[in-house]
Amino acid sequence: MADESYPDDLRYHREHDWVRVEGDEAIFGITWFAQDALGEVVFYEPPAVGSTVSADATYGELESVKAVSDIYAPAEGEVIAVNEAVVASPGLVNSDPYGEGWLLRVRLANPDAVGALMDQAAYTAYLAGLGDA
Amino acid sequence: MSEYTSLTPEDLAEMLATIGVASIDELLGAIPDDVRLQVPLNIPAGRPEQEVVAHLRQLAERNTSADDEITFLGGGMYDHYSPALIESIILRSEFLTPYTPYQPEISQGGLQAMFEYQTAISELTGLPISNASLYEGPSAVASAAYMSKLANDRPEFVVSRGLHPHARQTLATVAHGWGGRVVEVDLVNGVTDLTQLADLVGPNTCAVIVQQPNFLGAVEDLSAIAEIAHAAGAVPICSADPLTLGVLEAPGNQGIEICVGEGQTLGNRLDFGGPSFGFLAASAEHMRRMPGRIAGQTADVDGRRGFVLTLQTREQHIRREKATSNICTAQALNALAGVIYLAWLGRQGLPELGELLLQRTAYARTQLAALDGVELLHDQPVVREFAVRLDAPADRVIAACQDRGVNPGLALGHEYPEYENGLLVAITEQRSRSDIDTLVRVLGEVVAEIIGSRTAAGVAG
Amino acid sequence: MSTRTDFAQTAQQREAAVTIFERGAPGRRASMLPEIDVPLQAAEALLPARFRRQEIPRLPEVSEPEIVRHYVRLSKRNFDLDSGFYPLGSCTMKHNPKMHERVAAMPGHSRLHPFQRPERAQGALELMWGLQEALSEVAGLPHVSLQPSAGSHGELAGVLLTRAYHEARGDAREIILTPDTAHGTNPATVTMAGYRVVGVGTNPDGGVDLDDLRSKATDRVACLMLTNPNTLGIFDPNITEIAKIVHDVGATLYYDGANLNAIMGISRPGDMGFDIVHFNLHKSFTQPHGGGGPGSGPIAVSDRIAPYLPVPLVTRTDTADGPVFDLTDDAPQSIGRLRGFQGNYGVFVRAYAYICSLGGEGLRRASEIAVLNANYLRARMREKGIGEYLSSPYEGSCMHEFVLSGGPMKRDLGIRTLDLAKRMLDFGVHPPTVYFPQLVEECLLIEPTETETRETLDAFVEIVAEILAEAATSPEIAQNAPYTTPVRRLDEATAARTPVLRQSFDRE
Ligand SMILES: Cc1ncc(COP(=O)(O)O)c(C=O)c1O
Repeated sequence: MADESYPDDLRYHREHDWVRVEGDEAIFGITWFAQDALGEVVFYEPPAVGSTVSADATYGELESVKAVSDIYAPAEGEVIAVNEAVVASPGLVNSDPYGEGWLLRVRLANPDAVGALMDQAAYTAYLAGLGDA
Repeated sequence: MSEYTSLTPEDLAEMLATIGVASIDELLGAIPDDVRLQVPLNIPAGRPEQEVVAHLRQLAERNTSADDEITFLGGGMYDHYSPALIESIILRSEFLTPYTPYQPEISQGGLQAMFEYQTAISELTGLPISNASLYEGPSAVASAAYMSKLANDRPEFVVSRGLHPHARQTLATVAHGWGGRVVEVDLVNGVTDLTQLADLVGPNTCAVIVQQPNFLGAVEDLSAIAEIAHAAGAVPICSADPLTLGVLEAPGNQGIEICVGEGQTLGNRLDFGGPSFGFLAASAEHMRRMPGRIAGQTADVDGRRGFVLTLQTREQHIRREKATSNICTAQALNALAGVIYLAWLGRQGLPELGELLLQRTAYARTQLAALDGVELLHDQPVVREFAVRLDAPADRVIAACQDRGVNPGLALGHEYPEYENGLLVAITEQRSRSDIDTLVRVLGEVVAEIIGSRTAAGVAG
Repeated sequence: MSTRTDFAQTAQQREAAVTIFERGAPGRRASMLPEIDVPLQAAEALLPARFRRQEIPRLPEVSEPEIVRHYVRLSKRNFDLDSGFYPLGSCTMKHNPKMHERVAAMPGHSRLHPFQRPERAQGALELMWGLQEALSEVAGLPHVSLQPSAGSHGELAGVLLTRAYHEARGDAREIILTPDTAHGTNPATVTMAGYRVVGVGTNPDGGVDLDDLRSKATDRVACLMLTNPNTLGIFDPNITEIAKIVHDVGATLYYDGANLNAIMGISRPGDMGFDIVHFNLHKSFTQPHGGGGPGSGPIAVSDRIAPYLPVPLVTRTDTADGPVFDLTDDAPQSIGRLRGFQGNYGVFVRAYAYICSLGGEGLRRASEIAVLNANYLRARMREKGIGEYLSSPYEGSCMHEFVLSGGPMKRDLGIRTLDLAKRMLDFGVHPPTVYFPQLVEECLLIEPTETETRETLDAFVEIVAEILAEAATSPEIAQNAPYTTPVRRLDEATAARTPVLRQSFDRE
């Protein structure tokens, strides 16, 4: 399992999903916090390539042995690739959540909208707030 | 009165003191007075064990069991022999009394038995994925239908009238809840009318459901049926009698995607209809839509082979309202009896038993059809059960035969008005040639007598 | 490096698991079948080749002694209720009287064909009638169907009855309310029956949050599914008010009978305002659990629900010669059948024998002692050495079971509820239910039942205290437990990632 980290080149969604913008495309995944809460991931059910995902809506599921977690799209876009490596080896989400454990590549409908998501500082503050609650 | 408790007055006093209350009643203080029962339950006072046993024996004696008559009654449950070793194993406390195996480290016996059971069911049906058991046959049909709804979300189930009437009725009851409809396909000469089936199946068809052999005992052409279903994108489902699968082709090899069935014939008692078990096996693409418990193989921290309940995220305790089924407690002990039975019967015994049933059933069918006032209801191939039409009221014939110690079978007219005076006759390995000869003699006499009295009455009138 | 977690292997652990398919040898067998004693007919004439099985199923090839030894050895890899304490919350692991197996095996019961004509099954139908009467009395509701096969099947029956009731009044509704403490079968059933689940919150006392219930109880709601006492072991004192809120919007109130062992003869769901109740005969009425069934889930209902009960119904007609019992399908508004035949009759025999043994008074005593045992165990679990680590989230007395939170234990000792449970396995007791209800952090749900002696309860307290004391100095012991079981912690992640669900014969 990876050590806890929240890279500063990503944007974060309150459902613990991250997005990395690359031009008008973006990569989605789940944060260290999310994979830690879920435990060892054993199954990834991705959406179909070519489908659209909308912001704040679920686009797929990750399962551990004793839990199911909906995955939320941080932004709207058309799916251009799913990470088949994670479908084959779901444990990549635990071992490398921001690298090999990415989940989806999309063509963003509105790249500017990503700016409204939390940055690293805001997300870590948000996580600290959850701990107090 | 037996209580199965051990509380002494001293225990009570000390326990109440430890809790810090004066009476048990005080512990029940959260229950408002207006919902407290103010009078004793109106249930007779308890009795000592020997009196209860005597009472239960008296009730038992008022039933005519399969020990009390030569029975040819079938229609979904059959008087097959269950070897003594089954009872001796399943009555062991270690199998009889545990709960569902939530702690795998201390439940390897039950979990491995499930894994063995799944293997045996998979072998019988020719389908790779089996669960660890469902309640019984007809509800297993409804479970398979719900799986196919999860697969394609279509509203209509096209069902052969050869499917057990209880299964058709169960499906209709349950499907009504989720908005599914059931459409029935008639039988022609004892088997599903393939022309009508092809007409009824279409883009709204969720699944096509048939039974093998069907309720009238006839062998269905599963390949042709599966082909019709597949052409419309519907799921072909078959409910099969597991004991016939030593001689009948595996449903999974004929295009069937989900095979279910009643497991009573595999070493379980008649028990007036239950408990037995239902089985369900499916092709690989349905794995994550399976209902119920599934055991899987894995290893422990030291590398020892072991077994766990797996793919649990399908189930109600995790996925709750999105679960693939609500089933929790199923029929583990009955399924254990099933796998022990199959081990006892064995690889050679299963087809041998099938051949024995084929031969004896053919003999009984030929002999009965030769009687006056008895004719075959269909002439399809059968394995262990067949239907005839009587030239006399079936209920009267059955009652009169029973008075002479023979139960000739099931009257079909109640569930199938189209087969008025139909009789469904079942053969097991427990019915010898001489039993069959007795059936032929008694049924022949009774039918002749009824026809005779009718003629006499006609003459007199 | 040697740590305290290096325990010697037991003999059982050294023995590798071998399946029945890996035993035996080609040609071996246990069964001998009767001869074919009829004139042989040509195989092809009886069954055309296109229907014939091409490859014989690869069933085991073993002798009788091999089968017996195999399954007896397997049985020793199971923990069971006759061997030790089994306080599995929500499951009512009470003693299974041995007499029940004797009466259930009587040929008049066990060898009775389900299609036997009712005239020749009068004893069975009378037994079913008697059981219905007794269950009706315990529920405080006038009509009973014994048909459902287990608790969740009873729930499905109940929700379909609710649907039929509303539909008959031309009142389509789409929501069913379930508390967040509900067992998973409740919401799962709701979806299968075509309704949508809306959750209801729990108040700080562990009961239904009445304000939340009021805000969600609308005329779109078909039913509220509840269990009382609930899955926290708490009797909801507001039950009459809850029933009123639900009935005022025209919905039905459903009682999940898994927790009935707390209140038999003390309080009746019907008197609380419930319309539909299911029983788990494999809990309150001692049907052995069989490692995951069989069970039986009869339902009892009020007058307004009765027309929709599943068929067949048992009827009784009093004649000069005494009562005559029959089965009928004649119920035009019935939801229909839920399974084949009449239900799990073999389970009815045991439950009926149990009721005959205890009588009304004995059932009440059973519930009272179940409550006493739970409160005693709970009081002892608050003692020093345990209470600091396993906290009681709710005040007041409990009913037949209670929850504890392993939250303090996790923070102060570094072991989780799972670790505590696994370490218990080394002490020869079955752990309580863990991580349910999900509402309680690191939850343990403990149900001792009335059939346990006080000594057993005391011994359990000692075990828990010992494990916690051990964890205070060496948490790794619990974290790596168990050590003495036939296998140790199993890799469930691999089992789920690459499912191996049957024996493979590819090696052959
Ligand atoms: C509270 C509760 N409700 C419902 C059920 C379901 O009962 P069954 O397993 O008999 O389907 C259970 C038990 O498993 C339970 O504990």
